[in-house]
Amino acid sequence: MEWFALERWSPYTVGFGIGLLSWISFLLSDKALGCSTAFTRTSGMVERLIRGAKVRKKLYYQKFPPVIEWEWMVVVGIVIGAFISARLSGSFEWQWVPGKWAAAFGDGSIKRTCFALLGGFFMGVGARWAGGCTSGHGISGTLQLAVSSWVAAACFFIGGIGTAFVVYKVLG
Amino acid sequence: MFEEIRNRKNLQLLFGLLTGIAFGFLLQKGGVTRYDVIIGQLLLEDFTVVKVMLTAVVTGMVGIHFLESLGAVHLHPKPGSVGSSVVGGVIFGVGFGILGYCPGTVMGAVGQGNLDALFGGVTGILIGTAAFASAYPKLERTVLHKGDFGDVTLPLLLKVNQWLVVIPAAMLLGLVLIFLERVGF
Repeated sequence: MEWFALERWSPYTVGFGIGLLSWISFLLSDKALGCSTAFTRTSGMVERLIRGAKVRKKLYYQKFPPVIEWEWMVVVGIVIGAFISARLSGSFEWQWVPGKWAAAFGDGSIKRTCFALLGGFFMGVGARWAGGCTSGHGISGTLQLAVSSWVAAACFFIGGIGTAFVVYKVLG
Repeated sequence: MFEEIRNRKNLQLLFGLLTGIAFGFLLQKGGVTRYDVIIGQLLLEDFTVVKVMLTAVVTGMVGIHFLESLGAVHLHPKPGSVGSSVVGGVIFGVGFGILGYCPGTVMGAVGQGNLDALFGGVTGILIGTAAFASAYPKLERTVLHKGDFGDVTLPLLLKVNQWLVVIPAAMLLGLVLIFLERVGF
């Protein structure tokens, strides 16, 4: 049990575990592990609450209907799993501004949240534009040796590294 | 045996939840639900994210192709194109560099108490996906299918047996990991 209370595990142990999880989800659920489609479904649910049933007519929501399914439950599960892990190690902590951000841009929570909103917006657009995220393309797609996923994952990191350098070395 | 399980809707919802719990637990234990670790990776100071991802890819790749050759699983490679994978990938990357979480790890960050992930990250991603859904019909007609390469995999593209790609790829990624350790990342 002590092992579960550790704050960090080796990245190789964690990676191996995620690899095993991919076998299980292919075997038991015929699914590749992913996350970003669940965000599309959720935004469809929220839009339906605001604008009514006509939202269903949107082409993209016909492709990915705003319903709860396997992947949506995965995304809910991630919050619970991370919470359990953080509580077991005593690292759970309410925090507005991460340390590295605070060191470069100050500990203002409004500034950090605005940037997170902006980053999230680009990420939401980009994930659906590319048809997947760091899980769906970056892990599940690359392990199937899908060409689309290797290309997308390379672009995630090219864009991410470039942007992080601009944010920290130019603006910071 | 698996076909029967795969078609049971409520059981699949439970499997999804359990898979997510295990995934979130692992991501948090790996440290990759932390903004500092992800930004450290993008600034090329901390290679935890790459180590986790490459180990997962090697493990998953060997196992999935083995199960596939037994006929136990079906592959689901996603389609792609220059207009979708490259353009979308770079837009995602810009968001990655600003937000410092991704759609999976942002949920893990929420679970460990990061409020910027909840009120900024999750909200922003939802607005972004809604904006994409609105723009989709137009993007579909214009950019998304430019330079289409379909749902091809590397073995199909190279017209070779899958193991002729899986084994060298696993060895190459393993060497990258050994190299990262050797140079002290």
